[in-house]
Amino acid sequence: MSLKLSKKPSDTLGHVNRKAQETAGDKVVAGISHTMLALWSLMVLIPLAWTLLSSFKTTSEIFASPFSLPKHWSFANYVSAWNTAGIGNYFLNTVIVVGCALVIVMVLGAMCAYVLARYAFPGSRAVYYLMLAGLTFPIFLAIVPLFFILKNIGLLNTLPGLIIVYVAFALPFTVFFLFAFFKALPSEIAEAAQIDGAGEWRTFFQVMLPMAKPGMASVAIFNFLGLWNQYLIPVAINTDPDEKVLSQGIAAFAGQQGYAVDFGSLFAAAVIVVVPVLVAYILFQRQLQGSVSAGTMK
Amino acid sequence: MATRVLPGGGVPAAARRRRKKLTFDKVSFMAVFLGLPLVIYLVFVISPFAQAVYYSMTSWGGYNNNMPFIGVANYVKLFQDDIFMISVRNSVILAVFLPVITVILSLVLATLVTIGGSSRGQIKGLRGAGFYRIISFFPYVIPAVVIGLIWGQIYDPSSGLLNGVLTGMGFDGLKSYPWLGDSRTAMIASMVVIVWGFVGFYMILFIAAIKGIPAETYEAARIDGAGRFRTAISITIPLIRDNIQTAYIYMGILALDAFVYMSVLNSTGGPGNSTLVISQKLFSTAFAKGQFGLACAMGVVLAALTLIFAGLVFMVNRLTGGSREVNE
Repeated sequence: MSLKLSKKPSDTLGHVNRKAQETAGDKVVAGISHTMLALWSLMVLIPLAWTLLSSFKTTSEIFASPFSLPKHWSFANYVSAWNTAGIGNYFLNTVIVVGCALVIVMVLGAMCAYVLARYAFPGSRAVYYLMLAGLTFPIFLAIVPLFFILKNIGLLNTLPGLIIVYVAFALPFTVFFLFAFFKALPSEIAEAAQIDGAGEWRTFFQVMLPMAKPGMASVAIFNFLGLWNQYLIPVAINTDPDEKVLSQGIAAFAGQQGYAVDFGSLFAAAVIVVVPVLVAYILFQRQLQGSVSAGTMK
Repeated sequence: MATRVLPGGGVPAAARRRRKKLTFDKVSFMAVFLGLPLVIYLVFVISPFAQAVYYSMTSWGGYNNNMPFIGVANYVKLFQDDIFMISVRNSVILAVFLPVITVILSLVLATLVTIGGSSRGQIKGLRGAGFYRIISFFPYVIPAVVIGLIWGQIYDPSSGLLNGVLTGMGFDGLKSYPWLGDSRTAMIASMVVIVWGFVGFYMILFIAAIKGIPAETYEAARIDGAGRFRTAISITIPLIRDNIQTAYIYMGILALDAFVYMSVLNSTGGPGNSTLVISQKLFSTAFAKGQFGLACAMGVVLAALTLIFAGLVFMVNRLTGGSREVNE
């Protein structure tokens, strides 16, 4: 809209400064808006800051006062949470499970979405509605039969079993989002690749998939968050103490803490779980904010 | 807006040309690209859903293959079970209040961020909007379990942050009030936690939708003399109505589940079962008591509630003129 005639229009001779003046009303509205948004931001930040602060305190300091600063800033709670509470082990399990599931679901989801978006074949609508059903029905309906399916094929309480279930339940969201994305890519490019002699496989992996990178990135972020935070599925089908993932590990830690109380370590464990996702979010937040509407409007 | 793209709408001419040759390349491509994901999806998602419906009509104990078919007896049993009915009531309460509160709060915050700026010159958002946006989204990236744990500590009667703040402000009567341990406040306290966890996400969703509205629309409204409030009510909300509906349904589905929050905040269902929800009851019926048939029946009830909720939202939106005025 705005024509950029010169870099500093106000320096141009005879230029009238047209910068909008703020009226008194604007200032009031802006003031109210800032106040409300700042209040909400405090609501968000204070519990998190308090958790961080408490993670450095000893249990007796925590009981003495919720506000006091720790006497010694030390990472003793973190060491204890990582080692004795097994958070380190859970962390490793989570990285393995979420990493594998993420790669597999992105590849399979992209392939499925690509086929649905580019080819007309009988039953494509049925596939589409099956995916919609998977997004709508509560996981709770499936959880009992799922338990026995995994038991029957010998994958109950194993990391591969958890990975494949993660893949299956992340698939409908992935396919939905990428479907719209592949639909929007110009089909002329795929046709050009095929005229140049590329087969179906090559067309997908060397031409179409690279073009879908922005869509893939934002779906991957959402899937990462969803899988990293998943709780119900591991609690139901992955109960071996050695194979636990972070979310169930920390819940179990809190449960056993109830009476034997090492709250300092509990807060430290919470920080350990939150920091990776928070860092990932801050790094990728631009990508995520642009895609959030496209991802949920379908 | 939000045109629904359906498969099978590809270019028919191109499809016809391609269908002629069935090469190995083409066949292997379709088998792997469509077959593999679909098999995984059917085995681990769709078939459990279908099996659950069947199991719900058996008195299956789970650890042998003996599955006596008993028809609707499980459902009859459920509706005569007082504790299950309490859990249904609690889930319905969550599904009624959580979407309303979350959607309104996030819509207000999103509106403030996007059109709180100057009323002259270009349409723009509030200064520092990016900062608020990033902060507000924080709770969404924190695992629900951890949110539950943190708030469990905040609500702690003696060493919690909330009572610390309240007594600091002079409310000495609340010195060791158990927010989660008193049946009068347990449910409300739990709802606050869930709202806290989701407002940021929906706020971002609405901000993105509002930014999708062309600035000309707002300029036209402004020239016609509409103030900020009028613009929000008459322009913004009708134009992002589809997004509001989607958000409302998502939040309702989440509220009907609510398993993680409720089980971390009050693992046994709270004082007098005041925070017991269907999903918790289902989980303990299946994995603690081994009554798998009965648990599947609870799953079916939960799924039915979900569908009824989504149907109601669609219907209300349609009846109040949603998506019509926008398309015309």
